[in-house]
Amino acid sequence: MTTTAPAGTMTATRPAPSKPASKNQLGKSALTVLTWLIGLLFITPVLYMVLTSFHSEIDAASNPPDIFAPLTLDGYRAFFGGESGANPWPSLINSAWASVGSTILVIVLAIPAAYALSVKPVRKWTDVMFFFLTTKMLPAVAGLMPIYLIAAGIGLLDNIWFLMIIYTAMNLPIAIWMLRSFLADVPPALFEAASIDGANLVQTLRRIIMPIISPGIAATALICFIFAWNELLFAKVLTGVVAQTAPVYLTGFVTSQGLFLAQLCAATTVVCLPVLIAGFAAQDKLVQGLSLGAVK
Amino acid sequence: MSTTTAIAPPPAHVPNQLELTPKQAWIRRIPLLPALVFTIILTQLPFVATLVISFMNWNAYRPDLKGFAGLSNYVKVFTDPDLLRAVWVTILMTVTVVLVSLVLGLCIALLLNRVFLGRGLVRTMMITPFLIVPVAAALLFKHAIYNPIFGLLNGVITWVWGIFGSDNAPQVDWITQFPLGSIEVTLIWQWTPFMTLILLAGLQSRPAEVLEAAAVDGANPWQMFTHMTLPHMRQYLELAGLLGAIYVVQTFDAVYTITSGALGTANLPFTIYQTLFTAQDYGLASAQGVIVVLGSILIATFAVKNVSSLLAKDDGK
Repeated sequence: MTTTAPAGTMTATRPAPSKPASKNQLGKSALTVLTWLIGLLFITPVLYMVLTSFHSEIDAASNPPDIFAPLTLDGYRAFFGGESGANPWPSLINSAWASVGSTILVIVLAIPAAYALSVKPVRKWTDVMFFFLTTKMLPAVAGLMPIYLIAAGIGLLDNIWFLMIIYTAMNLPIAIWMLRSFLADVPPALFEAASIDGANLVQTLRRIIMPIISPGIAATALICFIFAWNELLFAKVLTGVVAQTAPVYLTGFVTSQGLFLAQLCAATTVVCLPVLIAGFAAQDKLVQGLSLGAVK
Repeated sequence: MSTTTAIAPPPAHVPNQLELTPKQAWIRRIPLLPALVFTIILTQLPFVATLVISFMNWNAYRPDLKGFAGLSNYVKVFTDPDLLRAVWVTILMTVTVVLVSLVLGLCIALLLNRVFLGRGLVRTMMITPFLIVPVAAALLFKHAIYNPIFGLLNGVITWVWGIFGSDNAPQVDWITQFPLGSIEVTLIWQWTPFMTLILLAGLQSRPAEVLEAAAVDGANPWQMFTHMTLPHMRQYLELAGLLGAIYVVQTFDAVYTITSGALGTANLPFTIYQTLFTAQDYGLASAQGVIVVLGSILIATFAVKNVSSLLAKDDGK
């Protein structure tokens, strides 16, 4: 983008190569239009989902789609337990529990760990970092079965607390990598000053580390929340009726027949809403989180 | 900032840190231990258990046969045509989704890395698909987009044909005709934003002075792309591709939702889920799990190398 700036000023001051310049301008506009079209193409399914959730079932099922059909809340009414008697609230609350609870646990475990890996590093701290990284690279599905057998053995199947623990293990490596990358950006002098004052570890973490990297902690928490909220496989295997999470509740729509599209779109919109809010809030740190702190 | 760097400790302080007494070393380890122990218990022990069970006969329907099985579960994995197909589907799905979203992601990142009206808004629109809960995305594509009767795709076809006065628009049963393609398109829709974000960050870390110098030297945009942008982006392309592959290999939601593994779309995660729940064959499910792990280690070895080179670059600053 820095290269386009001089070209723009050149057309203003030097009129000589006017023909290639205007062609250049046209090309730029075309690229802008193309970028917009691609952006619109990618967001269309989401917009269609939200729009359809406010249509009546009859309008939702029309072909070609009637995007100007009158709006109604019937889809949401049907989802929140209309005639079918199904109630999504317990599953939404379970999801909130599992994701918020695991996120808090992750942060509580990850802050001291990140401290021990950057501010006052343990010996061979890089080895520890790569150990955490490799746990993320081994597919969770391979550990699924023993975890299922253990849960069944100790009577913790269909228990939201067990799922919370699993989600904590799932997100802990990501959080440690992210928080370490945030801590590594802090000038060491800040920590030096704190340790001279004779603060102990807990005081240092609470009074110095946490305020300095609070934006990083917030972004890390949001990303862990998103991954926990989205998770389906473990939730489906480990929960049944009582501890069912929102994604598991959604799988009830897999084999739906008849007129249900508005209700489905209302359901998916409701379940996606917390993730969309968390994602847009963490937008600037999203890359750092997704690349485990390798890209800033 | 300038004051903090001024009072930064001299480098002589650093070797001092490495010569710690055993007690000091343990004090340093204490904050790390809870997270480390927690992670080992919950991620390493299950893998060990998986490995052990994979050599066992263990089927919940036949508890009398429980015992050592040798390699028979592995023989089953590599001789059962359905399982071999699952291995193949997993590879095909991962490679297709990662390559297509990587190429699309690079193009979109290049387009977004310009100054234009509404850049922030388009960037936000591009990110949104990644923020849709995967099972919700799969349901949305299955019912609202691919459905042959009222789906958006056929709806748009009817609408376009209607413009030209035709009322017998072709209506495609997308999932039945292109089962794997339907799943892949859904995954590509979700993963392209991921690639775009990482690659855009890579493009923005390009040193601007070098590009300006090249522009002054009269390099054309294509030369600048192949000689400067691509070499710089190689590391980011690898990182995005490997991280994407690690996640896409584990795809379960889309397969379960869109086809339920029918029409030849069952990948390994879905097959393991089925072996576990429909067949209740714990030994076989474990052997399948071990195969997935071995495949992932292959990808992970490259990924670790790549991430560490990015870290090294970071430290070198």
